[in-house]
Amino acid sequence: MTPQLLIFFVLAALAVVGSLSLILQKHPIHSALSLIVVMVALAGLYLLMGAEFVAAVQIIVYGGAIMVLFVFVIMLLNAGIEEHTNFSKLAGYAGVPLGIALTGFIAAAIARSTDTVHAATTGGTIASTRQISTMIFKEFVYPFELTSFLILVAIMGAIVLAQREK
Amino acid sequence: MVPTSYYVILSAVLFGLGVIAFIFKRNIISIFMSIELMLNAVNLAFVAFSQSKGNLDGQIFVLFVIIVAAAEAAVGLGIIILIARNRQSLNVERVDLLKL
Repeated sequence: MTPQLLIFFVLAALAVVGSLSLILQKHPIHSALSLIVVMVALAGLYLLMGAEFVAAVQIIVYGGAIMVLFVFVIMLLNAGIEEHTNFSKLAGYAGVPLGIALTGFIAAAIARSTDTVHAATTGGTIASTRQISTMIFKEFVYPFELTSFLILVAIMGAIVLAQREK
Repeated sequence: MVPTSYYVILSAVLFGLGVIAFIFKRNIISIFMSIELMLNAVNLAFVAFSQSKGNLDGQIFVLFVIIVAAAEAAVGLGIIILIARNRQSLNVERVDLLKL
């Protein structure tokens, strides 16, 4: 077993345990902290694949900005342990089997297609930040500018939604 | 070196766990977090295929997905604050104004 494979399995186990913990924890703040574990593990996987820029953005934007926003809102609203009201019978009995079946179908379909299309191994050195920035500001400059507009609209929407009406 | 299919299977497992969390959670903030988990799973598949094909388009798509997720989080949490203020509850079962 190569060191890369070992690191992959450790990080993958961390991600799966974190997402299981997200499901099983009753308190939203514990779910949020589990989600941060998943995101940091995924950033480690991106580093393992050689995608340094995506790993840095994952830590800064997801682990930093978005999760701080979540934790802030949970504490602002003083969200307690979630109560169990009349639970849907269908979701209670068929939810987990159907979810596992969905996972199996997706994994089987995609894994088979990867084997037939390309049997390569992941972990090259092609992804330099310089190439990514060149592509963003040459080929993808129009969508990139559109995202700045999207962020502006989202900020204005958040302010309008959250302000207390007089 | 790690085969691409391992990454893709991990991505599918995380996506399935996100779907299960989406079905089972009753707190609206937890449901929102499970959506973020599904977005993260898709990002993992994007980066894995990008690296395996030697094509950087996938990583740029991941950047766009992260940007859209940030915008979505800002607007969605604003809506959650509004719901909590109007309903005094974060339980999705209580948000049934449109239910017949």
